[in-house]
Amino acid sequence: MSHSIASTDFLKNEEHAKWHDETLWMIREKRDLASQKVPEWENLRTLASSIKEHVLSNLDHLLLEFEANATKNGIQVHWAKDAQEHNQFVLDILKKQSCAQVVKSKSILTEECHLNPFLEKNGIEVIDTDLGERIVQFLHQPPSHIVLPAIHLKKRDISELFHQKLQTEKGNEDPYYLTQAARNHLREKFLKAKVAITGVNFGIAETGEFVVCTNEGNADMGVHLADVHIACMGIEKLIPRRNDLGVFLRLLARSATGQAITNYTSHFRGPEKGKQIHLILVDNGRTEQLGREKFRNSLKCIRCGACMNTCPIYRRSGGFSYQSTVPGPIGSILSPGLDLKKYSSLPFASTLCGSCTDVCPVKINIHEQLYEWRQEITKANPNYAESLSMKLASGIFKSPLAYRISGFLMRKLIINLPDSLLYNPWNVWGKGRKLPKAPQESFRNWYLNHRKDEQ
Amino acid sequence: MSSKQEILEKIRHLRLDQTELPTIPEFKNSLNTEEEFKASIEANKGEVISQEKLMSWISESGFQNTLSFSQLINVNTSYTKIEDAHELDQLQVAIIDGQFGVGENGAIWITNDQVPFRAIPFITEHLVIVIPKNEIVPTMHQAYIKTSNQTYSFGLFIAGPSKTADIEQSLVIGAHGAKSLRVVLV
Repeated sequence: MSHSIASTDFLKNEEHAKWHDETLWMIREKRDLASQKVPEWENLRTLASSIKEHVLSNLDHLLLEFEANATKNGIQVHWAKDAQEHNQFVLDILKKQSCAQVVKSKSILTEECHLNPFLEKNGIEVIDTDLGERIVQFLHQPPSHIVLPAIHLKKRDISELFHQKLQTEKGNEDPYYLTQAARNHLREKFLKAKVAITGVNFGIAETGEFVVCTNEGNADMGVHLADVHIACMGIEKLIPRRNDLGVFLRLLARSATGQAITNYTSHFRGPEKGKQIHLILVDNGRTEQLGREKFRNSLKCIRCGACMNTCPIYRRSGGFSYQSTVPGPIGSILSPGLDLKKYSSLPFASTLCGSCTDVCPVKINIHEQLYEWRQEITKANPNYAESLSMKLASGIFKSPLAYRISGFLMRKLIINLPDSLLYNPWNVWGKGRKLPKAPQESFRNWYLNHRKDEQ
Repeated sequence: MSSKQEILEKIRHLRLDQTELPTIPEFKNSLNTEEEFKASIEANKGEVISQEKLMSWISESGFQNTLSFSQLINVNTSYTKIEDAHELDQLQVAIIDGQFGVGENGAIWITNDQVPFRAIPFITEHLVIVIPKNEIVPTMHQAYIKTSNQTYSFGLFIAGPSKTADIEQSLVIGAHGAKSLRVVLV
């Protein structure tokens, strides 16, 4: 299903669509305020971009350095070339621990690998512990935003859901009350869990440590109470030096939600006494993207979600309309690399206004890459209807006589045809758009008459 | 070929020209770091309080389950010996020392040296962190320089209580971890 068709579903509820649009814009404004308080903001963005540039140009060495240092600290490192291998590693570790229930904090990578359905098929219950993720998990939905997983839902929906799942009072929509119900429910799960899964925000080659950022503290509640911590990390999440964290952590939360930093920033260098840490390094198409010169930069992404919050299309179409793990502008340049056919409509889900590029903390030229993907997609899969109309247009523009005749006809048609014919279902362009008022005469006619009067 | 070899070969095969790794400038900051730190903690929904206020809060609230690992202040607490972090599920107040704070965002640095179990700052209902008044750095850059030679196995920046806004963007304090954060500068 194309993005535009999928988004009609979201737009059916006008009031909700408006709320979604305005709420994400409010977060964008918070990001602006937070970034303006840092005088060296632009400097930091340039630095972050160049550091990631270096990482991408030196990835093999840095990966080996990271592995060596992590191993030295007692972390067990695994390499997975694709989603299937990643999922199998996780399952094997869980089986070894005879673990039938696992707690998991937010990780876009595990969404990308479809880890949850795989584990469930193998008899393991996965409990997402980020509040937003637990909500969408109850609904059997994927997250609709990478930082705000349940931004497509209203408290009314959540109240109803929690009434069914957690036996909260019917009709009680108080966010504090609902959050406390989730806290008690998940506390029980944390206390029982033997294994906890987390994502990774940054892996540091120099020290072999990795960093996980949360506001809820759910990642830490999981791993510190469990015996085994499994951390899933895309190979592009590396940074060379520990000091580079200073640059990235100043940018990440400010770009994401306008906070100065997330309330918890945990640095894992080795396991707690008697426990284990497994780290899985995942490729899953990243090396292919690295080989695409025009799109390589997309791998600099630190998953802050700022491009989604600012995007006029994302705000008005919702995350699900993209039908890819990472939605929004960054998702629209990452996903076509994974499956060009499936995601061929995403690079067109943009006005190319460039706002995504303006807010990106690592300076990815997102809108330029969207444009580049359009070229690739049109080459790979030309749209005949569109190319026919382009040929027609080209013929009309080449001949002054044809141009004059068609102009004359259009003016008559637009003025005289009823709306039911003009906006018939075949006219896709007319959906949600209105034709301009047709002038009575052409510019050429007006010009000739005007000059005549003057003389 | 192992997956590790396969991934590395794919990268090497691209023969990318290595770009230069930039040096990070010092980013001098002339702000009053202590005042800025207090404002940052408050923005994160924490609180900076005096030692006297802390003591009266503890005695007035009548907490049963309290625990302190602070070397900087003396507080009588209820737990004697803990063998496993799961025993702390009913912990009401934990008092720990922070090594230093960061002015620009209120983050406080703690390592496994400050807590016998990593779960303590999270599992407790209320968290109190004590830091020396003169140990505040302006930004994250100085924070990482200051800790560059440390050999922790777990390091943590805490900047506020556990919070979430996942229900309609309404801010709720106390998601999974501590429901409040009090910071005492001594």
